[in-house]
Amino acid sequence: MPNALEVERLSVRFGETVVLRDLSFTVSAGDALAIIGPSGSGKTVLFKALIGAVPYQGVIRWAAGTAIGYVPQKLDIERDLPLTGIEFLGAKADVARLAPQEAVRALDLVGLPPELARKPIGALSGGQFQRLLLAFALMGNPSVLLFDEPTAGIDEPGEEGLYAMIRRVREAAGLTLLLISHELSLVYRYATAVLCLARGTSSYGAPVDILTPERLREMYGTPMGFHIHDDALG
Amino acid sequence: MTMPSVSDLVLPAGMAAAAGLIGCFALMRRMALASDAMAHVALPGIALALAWRLNPVLGGLAALLVGTLLVWALQHRMRVPTEAIIGVVFSAALAIGSMLTPGEELIEALFGAPGAVAAGENALGVAAVVLVIAFVWRAKSRLLIALISPDMARTTGIDVPRLDLCFLLAFALTVALGLRYLGVLLMGSLIIIPAATARQLASGLRSMLAIAVAAAVAAMLVGLYTGPALHVAAGPLTIAAAAVFFFLSLAKRRA
Repeated sequence: MPNALEVERLSVRFGETVVLRDLSFTVSAGDALAIIGPSGSGKTVLFKALIGAVPYQGVIRWAAGTAIGYVPQKLDIERDLPLTGIEFLGAKADVARLAPQEAVRALDLVGLPPELARKPIGALSGGQFQRLLLAFALMGNPSVLLFDEPTAGIDEPGEEGLYAMIRRVREAAGLTLLLISHELSLVYRYATAVLCLARGTSSYGAPVDILTPERLREMYGTPMGFHIHDDALG
Repeated sequence: MTMPSVSDLVLPAGMAAAAGLIGCFALMRRMALASDAMAHVALPGIALALAWRLNPVLGGLAALLVGTLLVWALQHRMRVPTEAIIGVVFSAALAIGSMLTPGEELIEALFGAPGAVAAGENALGVAAVVLVIAFVWRAKSRLLIALISPDMARTTGIDVPRLDLCFLLAFALTVALGLRYLGVLLMGSLIIIPAATARQLASGLRSMLAIAVAAAVAAMLVGLYTGPALHVAAGPLTIAAAAVFFFLSLAKRRA
């Protein structure tokens, strides 16, 4: 399978502080790569380098024709802005010259009811707002989705879990997924590859190879346990 | 002071509409305080223009453009917190400008003095108003996405630094247009207060833009029409009217 992304000797520094050092990895098209690591290990900075938002050294090579959808971790905005979800999605349709129905399709994909999207964004719960951001990212059929920390466990009762939904969307749209997560049991379940960043080093491989107690203790500095669901092994 | 004729109102009403639109995005970008300070930077330009017998509005515009480029460079090149620097630099500009401006002109420069506008200046002013309004209208989706998340804007194909520069230039142009009517001390308020009023009342972006334009134009007309009748300066009266609308909007929201 061709590579969706190749990263060679990537380094990012802010002043004297080296956040990422000589990082190299590749992501095959259609893969779901989970990026894990303790806080401050540079996971979000890696995403920002990948979209060209911070200066870096090294090589970042996306496949030709790559379109990126990006869902940030948290937004530095006041939630009581006079702005509805539909207006936010409509702005993307306007900028990217998409048909207005594209917003409806994206809302359907992420399972956010249109009547909720017509409310001001301040009226949405945390989980609903994250779905709105995901819908924004999915408009226009990106080939790659970057998702920074989908928050598990904030879904409304009876809703499809965010991770299950992301997997469904990835499979339906043939997306390559890069996901920053701290939910190791969910990573084990949904990722096809894992990149672990920690204290200036990194390791990359299949979940079954990276998510071992020894490796995790080495990376996080403390014993990390997680529960492997039975169905994850199936 | 005499009552303005209808043709004299085109430029101030258009300027107020532009201020309302620009203000909505300035407020949502949390530039409310910076907006006020940025208008102050015009004063040294006005002072130098008066000393060199040039049009004071052009002097103010030149100083605003320098201030704009400074703010933009601070935001994008230096990656330093801008609040303190904006406060210090622009307050210093106000102080220096006050010392340079001759006493008899200072009050007009600070608070505005609407009077007869030469036909050429009027036409240029209206053209600038059209430019600002057209920019906000065309760029509103890009401005909106960039204020929600610059990173999402980038992945949507938006050149964020360039958009920011265009916004700041439109902002500076709007301030320059308002200097004659409101002066360097009050012009920032016509940008921010109507937008703050609209934010209280609006449920979405379109209604916020519409309410801000209506509130700014109404306040400007109140100032220009009732100022002469009440024998008070039009500029302060305009801002007082805008503030009354804001407090009424608070009451409406509580109700």
